Amino acid sequence: MVAIADKAAKPGSRLQFILDSPAVLGTIFVSPAVLYVLVLVGAPFLLAMYYSVSAYTIYSQSYRFVGLRNFIDVVQDPVFRQTLLNTFIFTFGSQIVGLILGKFGALLLLRPFPGRKVVRALIMLPWAVPVALATVAWEWMFDSLYSVINWTLIALGIITRSDAPNWLGNPHLAMLCVIMVNAWRFFPFAIVIFLAGITSVPQDVIDAATVDGAGFWRRNYQIIVPMIAPIVVVGLIFGIVFTFTDLSIVYLLTNGGPVGATSVLGFEGFQVGIVSGDVAHGAAISLFMLPVLFVLVLVMLRSIRRQEI
Amino acid sequence: MSAVLTKDIVKTFADVNAVDGISLAVPDGEFMVLLGPSGCGKTTFLRIICGLERQTTGDILIGGTVVNDIPPRARGVAMMFQSYGLYPHYKIRDNIAFPLRTQRVARAEIENKVEWASNLLGIGHLLDRRPRQLSGGERQRVALARALVREPTVLLLDEPLSNLDAKLRASARNEIKQFQQRVGTTTIYVTHDQVEAMGMGDRIAVIDHGRVRQVGTPTAIYDDPADRFVATFVGTPPMNLVAWNGGHLGFRPENFLPRELIDDSAVTEFSFRVDRSEYLGSERIVYGVLEGLESVQEITAKLPPAHVDQESIRPGEWHAFAVRNSALCYFDKDGKRAIRH
Ligand SMILES: Nc1ncnc2c1ncn2[C@@H]1O[C@H](COP(=O)(O)OP(=O)(O)OP(=O)(O)O)[C@@H](O)[C@H]1O
Ligand SMILES: [Mg+2]
Repeated sequence: MVAIADKAAKPGSRLQFILDSPAVLGTIFVSPAVLYVLVLVGAPFLLAMYYSVSAYTIYSQSYRFVGLRNFIDVVQDPVFRQTLLNTFIFTFGSQIVGLILGKFGALLLLRPFPGRKVVRALIMLPWAVPVALATVAWEWMFDSLYSVINWTLIALGIITRSDAPNWLGNPHLAMLCVIMVNAWRFFPFAIVIFLAGITSVPQDVIDAATVDGAGFWRRNYQIIVPMIAPIVVVGLIFGIVFTFTDLSIVYLLTNGGPVGATSVLGFEGFQVGIVSGDVAHGAAISLFMLPVLFVLVLVMLRSIRRQEI
Repeated sequence: MSAVLTKDIVKTFADVNAVDGISLAVPDGEFMVLLGPSGCGKTTFLRIICGLERQTTGDILIGGTVVNDIPPRARGVAMMFQSYGLYPHYKIRDNIAFPLRTQRVARAEIENKVEWASNLLGIGHLLDRRPRQLSGGERQRVALARALVREPTVLLLDEPLSNLDAKLRASARNEIKQFQQRVGTTTIYVTHDQVEAMGMGDRIAVIDHGRVRQVGTPTAIYDDPADRFVATFVGTPPMNLVAWNGGHLGFRPENFLPRELIDDSAVTEFSFRVDRSEYLGSERIVYGVLEGLESVQEITAKLPPAHVDQESIRPGEWHAFAVRNSALCYFDKDGKRAIRH
């Protein structure tokens, strides 16, 4: 006791106690992250906000304030409305496919089989492979001349060479392609989420359901899925936010085509704002993501909170 | 309601036999308790009966039908799990209704049965809560209601009281027993608590290392143990065992009394040195050693305090103790009970 009191009284060791305070230490630890967000996310975001209400283009760099003019232009443009619709189809299509693949992938990976560890590691690959590489590979598979998929279908006698689908040339098929590639990229993430969720369901609860007479489907959709819903929704929010704002797959696979059939918000904003140089309209297009995502995330978070009561 | 019959059930996990040949006949309406130490295969055996686990070899008959290949949901068996396994996302009402929903029972009938089961167990006021909003004792009753609501042919209970505190356990024990007598469902109740087993079972099956050591009424198990394991597993303090003619001689602490308290001549006398004693209110437990005899553990005597006061049994002194010959059990060198000694 005495020794401790002596130490505390010693001048010069005050610094030690300052670092003991959660307020000080916490601030120090958090500041790099805050700085990062402010400089690399906050500043460009504010800049984009300003661009969207200005008349700025690369060719006439005027910061003249034009109010909501740009937004009105954008909304009145049928191409933009098509793009917005595409974005929703792309996002929800790939999330639904990803969720289904993830759910069944997780169920398969839960049961023991020889080589399970290897498969578990390999299945993470789509997620780990750089987007550009993976998409180029997919582009080959969908290529109008060299398509491996078509080759296989022809070899199996399902289709003939003359009616082989032009995957990236047909608007509907092109949308299907970008959805499938995105789902393929996301499903390992969905598997991880589902695995984490399913393993957290107590075995007793599942066994109780089995003895109570529930078969495979009832056990899954009345017991396991509702119990892991909060975890899955959080994963889904991540998926939706990333997909909604993504442009890489569309850019690499179809370049928005054919005729804008696969153009999404991020891609359109990039095309108008950077490629064409109309920064003001590009910013306005991109900012449409914000309210949409905000509402979506709010609704989903509310739904899990209601679940927990 | 149905009789359960198991024939030579063996369950092998990797290289261990969790269940090593259990043959058990539980007649219709009986309350059978499976008693055994932790890890002896009780849970595994129950899981085999309800079909969650497939036996390696052996047959199970429920109501006279072999059910080896029948899935759990078609066996008509209800099981109550050690941690209850309530569905956390459902209200209590829906928890109880779940087994009926899976059987596609009509909605009106579900309502009636849920009401019947919840009233039976006194949880009618909890129906709109969720499992996490209940106490341990309430959860246990919900789990029981859920198990009973579809009037199962057989009720399996896996240590249902182990999560409750001592006081609640005593009253819950009572409740389950009375309840079973009222509905008369064939019940198999697993526990490692011998007090529960003795108090509740019509019959007890004592299990060790996946084998049945003895099946019998609580009285038979206690007074007539079939082997050394049963003798020492049942009873607190356990039966005293001393080396005797290459085997062991056993006697219960409450039968080991000062010579003068036994008013009988067919007795075996021992010289007992008391080391210490504990006063427990209704009884006094005395620990010590026997002269010239090797014992398995410390010898204990359970004395009625009304007859034996502190003064007459002094630590460090030798006393003349005795056991009625009728209360002696002799076990041969393999631990099996022998008739003569
Ligand atoms: N799935 C399994 N895989 C491998 N071994 C198992 C498995 N389940 C149980 N065992 C083993 O089988 C033996 C019996 O287990 P069981 O759960 O039936 O014991 P128990 O009598 O219920 O014990 P307790 O009273 O502690 O619940 C144990 O040695 C256990 O380690
Ligand atoms: Mg157990």
